[in-house]
Amino acid sequence: MSEFLQQLLNGLSLGAIYALIALGYTMVYGVLRFINFAHSEVFMVGAFIGYYLGKLVPEGTLWGGLLVLAGAMIGCAILGILVERIVYRPLRGGPTINVLITAIGVSLLLQYTGQIVFGAAPRTFPPIFPSANFHLGTLTISSNQLFVIGVAVALMIGLQLIVFKTKIGTAMRAVSLNPKAAQLVGVNNNVVISFTFGLGSALAAAGGILYALNYPSIDPLMGVMPGLKAFVAAILGGIGNIPGAALGGLILGTVETFIGGSQFSTYKDAIAFAILIVILLFKPAGLLGKFTAEKV
Amino acid sequence: MSFQSRFPVALVAALAGLTFAPSLFPQEPIKIGQFASLTGKEASLGQSSNKGTMMAIDDLNAAGGVLGRPLLLVTEDTQSKPGETATVVKKLISRDKVIALLGEVASSRSLEAAPIAQAAKVPMISPASTNPKVTETGAYIFRTCFIDPFQGPVMARFARERLQAKRVALLVSNSSAYSIGLAKFFREAFVANGGTIVLEQKYSEGDKDFKAQLTAIKAAGVDAVFNPGYYNEGALIVRQARDLGLTLPIFGADSWEAEALIQLGGKAMEGAYLCSHYSPDDPSPRVQNFVAAYKKRFGSTPDSNASLGYDSVLVLVDAIRRAGTTETGALREAIATTRDFMAVTGKITIDSERNASKNAVIIQVKNGKFEFVQSMSP
Repeated sequence: MSEFLQQLLNGLSLGAIYALIALGYTMVYGVLRFINFAHSEVFMVGAFIGYYLGKLVPEGTLWGGLLVLAGAMIGCAILGILVERIVYRPLRGGPTINVLITAIGVSLLLQYTGQIVFGAAPRTFPPIFPSANFHLGTLTISSNQLFVIGVAVALMIGLQLIVFKTKIGTAMRAVSLNPKAAQLVGVNNNVVISFTFGLGSALAAAGGILYALNYPSIDPLMGVMPGLKAFVAAILGGIGNIPGAALGGLILGTVETFIGGSQFSTYKDAIAFAILIVILLFKPAGLLGKFTAEKV
Repeated sequence: MSFQSRFPVALVAALAGLTFAPSLFPQEPIKIGQFASLTGKEASLGQSSNKGTMMAIDDLNAAGGVLGRPLLLVTEDTQSKPGETATVVKKLISRDKVIALLGEVASSRSLEAAPIAQAAKVPMISPASTNPKVTETGAYIFRTCFIDPFQGPVMARFARERLQAKRVALLVSNSSAYSIGLAKFFREAFVANGGTIVLEQKYSEGDKDFKAQLTAIKAAGVDAVFNPGYYNEGALIVRQARDLGLTLPIFGADSWEAEALIQLGGKAMEGAYLCSHYSPDDPSPRVQNFVAAYKKRFGSTPDSNASLGYDSVLVLVDAIRRAGTTETGALREAIATTRDFMAVTGKITIDSERNASKNAVIIQVKNGKFEFVQSMSP
């Protein structure tokens, strides 16, 4: 029983990070109908900004940690907006496939620029937040795990409030529904799209910091696997659907952890992805997604 | 022989991936190809072996080269990636026309290069790949280190005798030829010594989350955990194990030996064991001269990959001298007949399987440093 609870906790803290990254994929898809493959590299840059900022604040303090988190989120929001402004905007209006291929290009560009700028060898992420381990019977809970889940939930609630309770959120939903009509009623599409990229990238940065706190070895290729899994989580939950991305992330993280801890650990990723295929066979639009015909 | 490089400019040139021969040699240089993981996941291992290799080439050139010709090292980066190795090795053979290949540390990538070298009949010496299959590829493939069927039983004996462990859990990378092979040889020897492998958990290269596997290991109740894998994952495994409250001994093998293991693992690494090909604490002047020269040039203590990289050049050059030619067939014969050649990591004899057999060294992490524990045979 305690092993089960421990694995559940491990799975939820991993899933919470997948969920944070998945939100970025899903938001961009919701508004622009394309997958921003460079998102996983924004996640990596977030961790690296955290690494450098972490040297400026005292280790293991709450305010220092929050400062680093906020700094990385702002830094990545700017990066996301810049990438959209410089690379994606000139291609808008063209076939989606062009933007998609370009996104893969940006992803590789950031990975290899990262190898030049940061160096390829993994670095140790500093323990920027105070941490401790609690014991509940045979259950070991690290404060980092709780923190990851807490921050992820707080950010997801914040996101939901932004999207549904603010003016810019309403504009985002309007652009998502019909960009031309939104423009007709006075929504500035460029501002909304920049904002979406900024918001998604800020969440990826938070994901990067939380990931690095739990798995303190960061390198320029660290975004590839979590990015892929988060992408899968976004599809699993129903791409374009915010609660779906969160649900997809949690499911994927938990399933992966339970299989990783079983005798089938060899097939950890294979089984997690097989579950995805099965779910998509029965619910092609994902768990919470609504099926809509693609406008091509 | 002098270990001092008289040509510091070579260090600058080497940064560009090439070591230029000094201009005093009018003859055409002997081109030696090196492929190493200079970037990417296992960069720490590849950079060490590369430093050792560069230093050996420079030392030999400073001492007048070989057969009156300077040595020219052409280095390519495998980026620690599958696929990339084949590309760079083909380039070294066909475009640069190297007379021999040096590399890799990681067995998976040596296995990728070996068939290409064998087909082209270019001798290849791996400094530190321990998977037995590497040299089984063909008569042109050699190595300057011990192999996993040797290292596995050494660690099994260490676990039984020094750690007094009866029940051991394995944490194996299922995407690394090195890890799977070493786990197999460890298991066979450990079971033969009366131990039990209680469970064997798997992960993939590049994984960062091992809590699932470690939680299962914790629940199984074992005496020790063996991770036959690379330092990257090893450091995170030990860290996460300690986070989960697992206090039992955890040990790795020769691919744990990298400064990065201690940097990534931090305090959690204290007390962990691993094995190695040599120890810089060895008092023999051969080792101490090498350590001093290496420290002077690179500012750090050479790990076993650095010294194996150095030795791979020495073995090759010794063979070139004995063969008296750089013709690859004759060179192969000469490498295969290396007997009792004194190198930094010990006396090297290339056996009929084209492996070098030497003793292993057990090392423990103490106060953030690798400390010599004992020398061990299976």
